[in-house]
Amino acid sequence: MGEGLLNMSRRRFLVHSASMMALGAATLALPKAHAEEPKAPEDPMRVPGALPRPYGERSPFIKSSRVGGAGPGAPHGWGANAPNNFNSWTPLQDLHGIVTPSALHFERHHNGVPLIDPSRHRLLIHGLVKRPMIFTVDDLERLPASSRLAFLECSGNSHDLWLHVNPDFTVQDTHGLTSTSEWTGVKLSTLLEAVGVQRGASWMLAEGSDAAGMDRSVPLTHEVLEEAMICYGQNGEALRPEQGFPLRLLIPGYEGNINIKWLRRLKFGTAPFMTREETSKYTDLMPDGKAYQFSLVMEAKSVITSPSGQQQIQPGFQEIRGLAWSGRGRVTKAEVSVDGGRTWQLARLQEPVLPKCHTRFLWPWRWNGQETILQSRCTDETGYVQPTRQELVKVRGNNSVFHYNAIQSWRVDRDGRIWNIYA
Amino acid sequence: MDGYGTSTRKSLLIGVGTVALTLAYVWAVGAADEGGGGYGLGRMATDEEIRAWNIDVSPTGEGLPPGQGTAKQGAQVFAAKCAMCHGPTGKEGPKDRLVGGQGTLTTGKPIKTIGSYWPYATTLYDFINRAMPFNAPGSLNPDEIYSVIAWLLFQNGIVKEDAVIDARTLPQVQMPNRNGFIPDPRPDVPGK
Repeated sequence: MGEGLLNMSRRRFLVHSASMMALGAATLALPKAHAEEPKAPEDPMRVPGALPRPYGERSPFIKSSRVGGAGPGAPHGWGANAPNNFNSWTPLQDLHGIVTPSALHFERHHNGVPLIDPSRHRLLIHGLVKRPMIFTVDDLERLPASSRLAFLECSGNSHDLWLHVNPDFTVQDTHGLTSTSEWTGVKLSTLLEAVGVQRGASWMLAEGSDAAGMDRSVPLTHEVLEEAMICYGQNGEALRPEQGFPLRLLIPGYEGNINIKWLRRLKFGTAPFMTREETSKYTDLMPDGKAYQFSLVMEAKSVITSPSGQQQIQPGFQEIRGLAWSGRGRVTKAEVSVDGGRTWQLARLQEPVLPKCHTRFLWPWRWNGQETILQSRCTDETGYVQPTRQELVKVRGNNSVFHYNAIQSWRVDRDGRIWNIYA
Repeated sequence: MDGYGTSTRKSLLIGVGTVALTLAYVWAVGAADEGGGGYGLGRMATDEEIRAWNIDVSPTGEGLPPGQGTAKQGAQVFAAKCAMCHGPTGKEGPKDRLVGGQGTLTTGKPIKTIGSYWPYATTLYDFINRAMPFNAPGSLNPDEIYSVIAWLLFQNGIVKEDAVIDARTLPQVQMPNRNGFIPDPRPDVPGK
């Protein structure tokens, strides 16, 4: 498998190099290290090593990268499409544990990543409040802090699978719009006490300061009031620009889009504001022509990340590894099938198992060299069981676009190559 | 989902007048040292600041500015600022298709446009004002925005060509798919 993975990353690397050359100086996204293979000394014990550096970099031998894309139907990659790319997918197949490195966190933005000077950034809180207030980033960092691990998943994650199955897709392509970070910030409830939200306020408009002015209405449920945070920290340092620097909203378990990045305003009201994203975009069209609206919770989902699409395995021991998560709480069970769903084996859940957070599952397998189908399914603490594709499509049809959470199937062919299929 | 309040205007009244503002400010800061959630951080927003930032538009029409436009004027705005991405008639793309598609939502190839899918006409103002045109967001003035909305509604067969769209008429526009949405019924799919 190691060799297969190496071949994969080498192929991606070659694609990158080609597109770099094609675009010339216009493409600055990739570091120069990508252009040439690093040269390691024959014996690292005979040569003094490198000195400390102000901000760390990963080993030059590690090439794992996000892959870009424009959205439904558009090909993934960094080539000629790059100017239209407003998504990037996390390389789940390369990651260990549950935390996504900040530099590999998936991205979805609607008119680019703004460059914001934190000293000039402000958060306005107004509407149905007793005291409309303005906070600086420094104000927010001084307020009582709170940290938690939580996944963020774009509700468009796996959207291709509603309509068709691309056999060449990797798990990055099929499931890479989900990531987990440790988020740090101020609890929304702390700020609500400061401004004094008035009786009757039941919705909150959150607005970003990007070129899309992204705005979404948040229902002020008990869960939101308890758990929502205004974050300035991600994995121990300031938020990455792609993740909303200097401030973002975080509502653990809710679809990615409502976790407004580059947050500049919260406005309280008595009804949803019916913005473009919550009417014409992030709504789920059903077969009868009606659409689910404010379908915010990301339901339980799991996927085998290794072995997964386009990887190559050898007969013998092969640990099956994957991720499971639920927007409704903890994952209580992950199961693996190595016979296309006929029988299921209980996988081990790696600690920590946290609510609304990626959970790593593992199961020891010995591949006998025969063609088969690998699947995983999870159950969350509400008793919800991840559905099969047939069960999901039977209720929701094929035009929902969002919230695809069906069991994923990987076909292992006789050569040990893994393919994305429906089963 | 009905019953939009006039929350902002009410809350703005709270802040009206220098005296009231000063009192509120003193009260907030004073409260900070007395617990009750006050940490003495952040400051009161002024009416002027709120007005400058408060750009959203609700289905009630709250937030719509003075100004007006018709489809005829909007045709020019659309040709100059929008057609490059949405096509000459709003149907060709390459970006989001804005016109047509009515009757397609139950087919295998639903076309979700302003006419076939959008439930509220006010959303057009909120979105165009903040996010369009893509290469110069926030550059259209209210008359241009009302005009281009009038043109888009006319192209979709929702208003007449001579209809004047403004802060009073826009919230009254009945969108064809106004009742096309249902609150999230999930969990709706039985698993094993």
